[in-house]
Amino acid sequence: MNIVVCVKQVPDSAAKVVAEGGRVTWGDAPLVLNPWDEFAVEAALILQEATDANVTVISVGGESTKEALKTALAMGCGQAILISDPALEGADSRAIAQVLSAAIQKIGDVDVAFFGKQAIDGDMGVTAAQTGRFLGWPVLSLASTIKLEGDKLVIERSIEEGRQIVESKLPAVISVSKDIGEPRYPSFMGIRKASRANIPVWSLADLGIHAPTPLVRWPDVVNPPAREVKTEIITGDSPQQIAEQLADKIMEEKVL
Amino acid sequence: MSGNFLVYIDQFKGQALPTSWEVLSAAHYLAEKLGGSIYALALGEASQAVAEMAYQYGVEQALYCDDPSLADYRPEPYTALVSKIAQEKGVGVLLFPTTSRGREVAAMCAVDLQGGVMPDVTELEVVDGKIIATRPVYAGKLLAKAVCDVEPAIITTRVRAFKKPQGDASRAGVAQRVDAVMAEGDIRTKVTGYAQAGGGVSLTDANVIVSGGRGVSNNPNLTPPADMDEKQAEIWRAQQGFKLVGELAAVLGGAVGASRAAVDAGYIPYAHQVGQTGKVVSPDLYIACGISGAIQHQAGMRSSKIIVAINKDPDAPIFKLARYGVVGDLYAILPPLTEAFRKRLGK
Repeated sequence: MNIVVCVKQVPDSAAKVVAEGGRVTWGDAPLVLNPWDEFAVEAALILQEATDANVTVISVGGESTKEALKTALAMGCGQAILISDPALEGADSRAIAQVLSAAIQKIGDVDVAFFGKQAIDGDMGVTAAQTGRFLGWPVLSLASTIKLEGDKLVIERSIEEGRQIVESKLPAVISVSKDIGEPRYPSFMGIRKASRANIPVWSLADLGIHAPTPLVRWPDVVNPPAREVKTEIITGDSPQQIAEQLADKIMEEKVL
Repeated sequence: MSGNFLVYIDQFKGQALPTSWEVLSAAHYLAEKLGGSIYALALGEASQAVAEMAYQYGVEQALYCDDPSLADYRPEPYTALVSKIAQEKGVGVLLFPTTSRGREVAAMCAVDLQGGVMPDVTELEVVDGKIIATRPVYAGKLLAKAVCDVEPAIITTRVRAFKKPQGDASRAGVAQRVDAVMAEGDIRTKVTGYAQAGGGVSLTDANVIVSGGRGVSNNPNLTPPADMDEKQAEIWRAQQGFKLVGELAAVLGGAVGASRAAVDAGYIPYAHQVGQTGKVVSPDLYIACGISGAIQHQAGMRSSKIIVAINKDPDAPIFKLARYGVVGDLYAILPPLTEAFRKRLGK
């Protein structure tokens, strides 16, 4: 069995992200493996343990993206591939999905492609679905449990109404929800292996495609309007008195 | 942009998700600026009545398909049909609610129709005939403007970002049935069942959210059962705290939220998590109990209208966002606060 995990490198979730002149800045905060993608790596490794599969982690990005791939290698993925090409500057989600689907096809004989739910930078949450559509594979999003039963996958999906249980033939695209369980920490051996890994880089020419034309542009990014809050601290002689005052204040706001 | 508008009404077993109607506000705004007719489409079991509800919010025509192959949501047959209708009706803009289904079908239609997808939009404007969409990125730490240069533009609107339009019951109509595109044999997945969640109010739809954090386990006066180890005792204490949080939420008709710290410590399931790797919410009232307010939590709730913070630590960052603050013990404050609202709301 062959498994691919598609990941993205993003600024750390604790970064102080600020827009400056229409561009996003995050100071000296580190770039990390997208937190949602850690769950995708975890799901892939759970399936690998059950099936003895090969797990390949791939990402589209610049040279620095190798660090995110190394995190996934240290967690236990078998090999990594970076897809990097200057022509992908300004690529939109659809273009990235097209590139990922071409890479998955080039890897060949892939049974399952895992994705995180969304990336914490763009918060688009469409890459798994779009990649699946390009591949023509079933898309199973927000998976909370994944089992292989014979030649089909049995998946529980976390949806608004609870859990939907779905069976799917292979190959399939799966996006993973946090319910899958806490992602494992990289092991000491894993970190050593990852630090020595030689990660191949594929260009668009290697994939045999041209840079897809972006259909969505992002002409500007701004800081949200500052929250003008004057905080009123409610005090009193007893919790009862504080509670009564606070309830009155909230009732006056007419939000209930 | 030119052409007509197609609004996807998201429903589950004959119940429209409330945010579906908000999408019609966005569609009316765009149709007023750009011209064109609005079509509404509902798919799945019992979807005819759902589609017909759209008439009262003003649509040219409501469409539905209740073919057995669409009884349960599956992205492939749903997308195939939405894409086909969009082409047949000359649609220049597709609009969806940002639900798990809406976001997914929008993304996949963008591939079929060679359109540009802009999910989770909070504001729309039309400048020189082009739609400019505002979407929060980095969990709302920034706002990005997006422009789609091709047709169709595919938009999903964020829950509660657009107001539900005024309905007019005198505008009724009969929905037109459309045929499914994919045959059951060509669909590679099968839905075999559902496991229901605990119920209660959905976090993203909620008008009021009462959330608990690490602090809910912090009551030294409680004595856990003697046979518990330290970790079990901590979780037991936290559950007593969340009981108080839940009672306040129930009186206010709201939902229970939690910080990541509380979820990671095993106090409450992940479905309740508010924040950058949980749900992003914007209720009218958000009451944070025993939550310090890490930047990741703030990202998930900072657009709430009125924020109230109850925390022992006067330096907790959550107070900087709060309209009202109480420096004190949630165990002391929550019971009388619940009682005070019960009196005022007549419950």
